[in-house]
Amino acid sequence: MKDKIFKILLLSASCLILLLTAGVIYALISQSISAFSEFGFFGFISSGEWDSQNDVYGALPFITGTLMTAVLALLFCIPFSLSVALFNGEYFRGRKIATVVSSVVDLLAGIPSIVFGLWGFYVLRPVLIDMGVNAQGFGVLLASIVLAIMIIAYASSLSTEFISMVPNELKEGAYSLGATNLEVIRSVSLPTAWSGIFASYILALGRALGETMAVTMLIGNTNNIPQSLADTGNTMASLIANQFGEASGLKLSSLMALGLLLFLITAAINFVAKNVMKFVSR
Amino acid sequence: MKKIMKKILFFAIAILSLSACGFNTDNKLSGSGATFPQPYYKIIFKDFTLATSNDVNYNGVGSGGGVRNLKDKTVDFGATDVFLSDDELKEMGSDIIHVPTALGAVVLSYNLDGIKDLRLTAAVVSDIYRGVITQWNDEKIKALNPDVNLPDLKIIPVYRSDGSGTTYVFSDYMSKADENWKNSVGTGKSLKFPAGVGISGKGNPGVAGLVAETKGSIGYLGSEFALAVNMPTALVQNSSGNFIEANSNSISAAANIDMPNDTRIMITNSSNPDAYPISTFTWIIVYKEQGYNNRSEAKAKVLVDLLNYIISDKAQEVAAKTHYAPLSKVAIEKTKVNINSITFDGRPVSAIKIGDDER
Repeated sequence: MKDKIFKILLLSASCLILLLTAGVIYALISQSISAFSEFGFFGFISSGEWDSQNDVYGALPFITGTLMTAVLALLFCIPFSLSVALFNGEYFRGRKIATVVSSVVDLLAGIPSIVFGLWGFYVLRPVLIDMGVNAQGFGVLLASIVLAIMIIAYASSLSTEFISMVPNELKEGAYSLGATNLEVIRSVSLPTAWSGIFASYILALGRALGETMAVTMLIGNTNNIPQSLADTGNTMASLIANQFGEASGLKLSSLMALGLLLFLITAAINFVAKNVMKFVSR
Repeated sequence: MKKIMKKILFFAIAILSLSACGFNTDNKLSGSGATFPQPYYKIIFKDFTLATSNDVNYNGVGSGGGVRNLKDKTVDFGATDVFLSDDELKEMGSDIIHVPTALGAVVLSYNLDGIKDLRLTAAVVSDIYRGVITQWNDEKIKALNPDVNLPDLKIIPVYRSDGSGTTYVFSDYMSKADENWKNSVGTGKSLKFPAGVGISGKGNPGVAGLVAETKGSIGYLGSEFALAVNMPTALVQNSSGNFIEANSNSISAAANIDMPNDTRIMITNSSNPDAYPISTFTWIIVYKEQGYNNRSEAKAKVLVDLLNYIISDKAQEVAAKTHYAPLSKVAIEKTKVNINSITFDGRPVSAIKIGDDER
């Protein structure tokens, strides 16, 4: 009897989650329809205009800004997160120093994004100004660097798990053939853990795509397509956060459409990641 | 286990019933809207509650949100920095009364070491925001400030990234005073500037933070914010050619002009020679007929009391102290008439005596 109740409880909980997701998607689609029918789907995503006066909205600057910052952040974070993962999962696995490093990295994941934003605003920005990146420091580069630091924890902690899960027999076999530490990592650990490492970077990318607060504080919030790393820009999440309060009518619908696009991009990336993992692990 | 569950249930019920007792929804007013007057409202609503023991709850959700909430009838009053257009009035369903509560201004704050009392005109500000003037030692700025040693520094204009009444007031003035601005940037709650010009921040604190941290920057801010945190502000040339500092007196002066009876007027670029030109009213809006949605007469009465309290000398003094400016006499006279025209089931609310209701 108790078993049955538990089963029903679980079933209804998971159905509820399915319903919630469906509800969110339904709301996004139904509210963004008027923007898409006004500008056309491809018209909307390929237009660079965001003009409240004339009620003309296009998503291209924000799609560009979002992808640019997220991909850059991912590139910046790879060397750090990969070395942290190898340090903790391979070289110093199980030692005290590894526990210290991994808990510090996990701490990074726990820091609220507004704190990263503040740090970027008051500490990193003056450094970029001194380096002569641009006159005010804000822009794609600043946002990407801070995003990279934010996602290091996500990328590295999962990668560590996967690297340390590589069977010892494989590595011992390689060592017994006279392989050095580096050779074992290059030809045994990394190839075996590859799909897991890839998955953890996709997770990190997803986090970078949706990050809002820190980006809003650092990217400059200008509605143009960034031409260089030093240029200011805006991301989809940041624009929505900035403008939803006073938006109505077509503008609100366009913001909803942006939300839907962000959802689709994240879903597409997850889909690709899953298939790559399947493909590799086969 | 069961005992613990019972205890939790008991507490939950107890808390629920307690909060239900405390909820005197009848005379508790709620409003929402503009964030610009929020610091001022916070004080006068608290004073009103102390004086009359009627609670007033206010949420700063932005002007647009305030109008929407009143239209949905989820609040008793809305607050907005931009008066409702004729079209918007029609959409509200029935007549709306605009009650100006105080005056505010938009100031231009800048970050230049050791430079005080910078003088600016609408034409120069327009050139800065449109990327025509890019250096502080530009001839046009020098001509306005012959005694100031302007640095060879890039100008970084800062604007609001979110839609806001502050941006609307600023752009309304700029469009009135500068043809180039009117034709290229225009008036609105959020604006489109040429690509590559300036940076933007969210809310007054966002813009103020950017200006304070960026050498050579200039940004527009609500006066209540900039004056409260003592940021340097520019003197702006008004329509009579005088360079005016934004303060309580110069902002009040902007409203000392002829205005329509419903007080729906933008007083930017005021014709008064002593006026600070980027000044504005901020309004509370209510339905003229209060007998809707099963509201009680007593509640309508409390609302009218609140409105009368806001335009009283006592509340207007608070406006001046909190870096807003008190309403001009003209505005108060007209508003009194408007408040007296509020009705409940067709009868004027101001004539209702408290006591003959359920209270």
